Amino acid sequence: MTVVSRQKAASPEAAVPSRRAGLSEGKKQERRLGWLLCAPAALVMVAVTAYPILYSIWLSLQRYDLKFPENREFIGLANYATVLTNNYWWTAFGVTMLITVISVAVELVLGMGLALIMHRTIIGRGLVRTSALIPYGIVTVVAAFSWRYAWTPGTGYLANLFSPEGAPLTERASALAIIIFAEIWKTTPFMALLLMAGLALVPDDLLKAASMDGASWWQRFTKVMLPVMKPAILVALLFRTLDAFRIFDNIYVLSAGANETSSVSMIAYNNLMKGLNLGIGSTMSVLIFLTVAIIAFIFVKLFGTAAPGSDDVDGRR
Amino acid sequence: MAVETTSAKVKWGLLDALVVVFALIPVLWIVSLSFKTAATLTDGNFIPREWTWDNYKLIFQTDQFVRALVNSIGIALISTVIAVVLGTMAAYAISRLDFPGKKALVGVSLLIAMFPQVSLVSPLFNIERNLGIFDTWLGLILPYITFALPLAIYTLSAFFKQIPWDLEKAAKMDGATQGEAFRKVIAPLAAPGVFTTAILVFIFCWNDFLFAISLTSTEQSRTVPVALSFFTGASQFEDPTGAISAAAVVITIPIILFVLFFQRRIVAGLTSGAVKG
Repeated sequence: MTVVSRQKAASPEAAVPSRRAGLSEGKKQERRLGWLLCAPAALVMVAVTAYPILYSIWLSLQRYDLKFPENREFIGLANYATVLTNNYWWTAFGVTMLITVISVAVELVLGMGLALIMHRTIIGRGLVRTSALIPYGIVTVVAAFSWRYAWTPGTGYLANLFSPEGAPLTERASALAIIIFAEIWKTTPFMALLLMAGLALVPDDLLKAASMDGASWWQRFTKVMLPVMKPAILVALLFRTLDAFRIFDNIYVLSAGANETSSVSMIAYNNLMKGLNLGIGSTMSVLIFLTVAIIAFIFVKLFGTAAPGSDDVDGRR
Repeated sequence: MAVETTSAKVKWGLLDALVVVFALIPVLWIVSLSFKTAATLTDGNFIPREWTWDNYKLIFQTDQFVRALVNSIGIALISTVIAVVLGTMAAYAISRLDFPGKKALVGVSLLIAMFPQVSLVSPLFNIERNLGIFDTWLGLILPYITFALPLAIYTLSAFFKQIPWDLEKAAKMDGATQGEAFRKVIAPLAAPGVFTTAILVFIFCWNDFLFAISLTSTEQSRTVPVALSFFTGASQFEDPTGAISAAAVVITIPIILFVLFFQRRIVAGLTSGAVKG
């Protein structure tokens, strides 16, 4: 799409002297400038994503192991069969789904609470907002190391407090719980900020009116605030769901994927870096890409999420 | 608003305190670890019993960390500058000009914002090896720009909506071309939004781990988050905990400074692009 419009960008330039189109000179100039200004960004984005993903599809149809490059061969969909009948893949898929669903659900509740606090608190608003931005801004790996040491037996305050005998990061259930907790800590502020944007749209008058009519706090929240905030909530959910699905850093540092705690990103990475198997790694890349596309599609179809920013772009005036 | 009674203040104060404590504890913990002496590192105390700068001295003496810090700063700064410049141009066009293909561009950047980055790791690994840019700064800058651009375009478009565009018209009436109107009138007005976007983009690049660990293999281009994970088991550190903590604190400092000084801007930047009535 974008490539096409770039090619088109050249032709009006040639057509300018003839002045045959119905467009005024100013209109043409505007078009040309628009294309010119967007071309570099569009070019970079397409070159670094579209081309590799197509290349990835091509690689996924080949047997291509960097340890045995001479065995490279076109094998059709055999890699897909290999991955989709493999237990590791489905375990990782299940783990990723579990982490995504639990962390996004908890974040929605906590994020709503945090958004209300940041929006409505009558004292220390700056302090609360500043503190909430720290988990958002901090390098994920740094936060993950902090949690890892906190749960390391002997070293950590949390390990000594909650499980003086065990090693929580080496057992599957507790390791997953810690990973989810670290994820929630890191991303709740982002969720809260997106929700706060929606909260700002709730008219104060409406809340006051509801209050005078005798609506309880809960009624005002569910009957007045939530409906107004619905678009913001859906955008926040969509963004966070897709983001949680790509979880990598936290798992890498906290458990290294041991004891079946790998996410799909982890096994795709391991396949490439440790297995050096480009064919299988690319197959996983394509499958992850498809899964994300399906999740996004379901969101948009089911909830009618307006594309974030689309209204920004259409309303030109 | 409700009457600000003392009990309401206490209630909000407690909630505020809860948020602050929850947000800060992991940061304070890693700071505390970084100041512990080797002997007290594993005592499990939240506050160090003995304080020392040794961990910091140690990491700044190793090439492993210093080189990674230089890489991190250089790669993040270059990516930020390029992404913000390209993003500003595109966002201006999107918010102000009418041209075919605009929706496609917005759609593409939206797709990229949601793109699973790991899907690019395998193909980029191979493409970059073939092009000879694997394990170079450029090899990381390219994907960083790509994934920062949607963020930059959305945030900037939202900021550009708030600019009084009549000034641009006035400038054009006075004989300025569209290009001149952009450079001389709009650019200075847009500067705060551009600056905020730059902070958000920098944080994104500074934070990345997946690309950095997949597309580098030596100290030549390894960034700090990756170097941190390689401290583990390195021969010169008997127990890397103190060194990792100190390095972690060092790369957290810029984030803390941004948050402290530009809290309002960051909040505005993150919320403005998200939802429009």
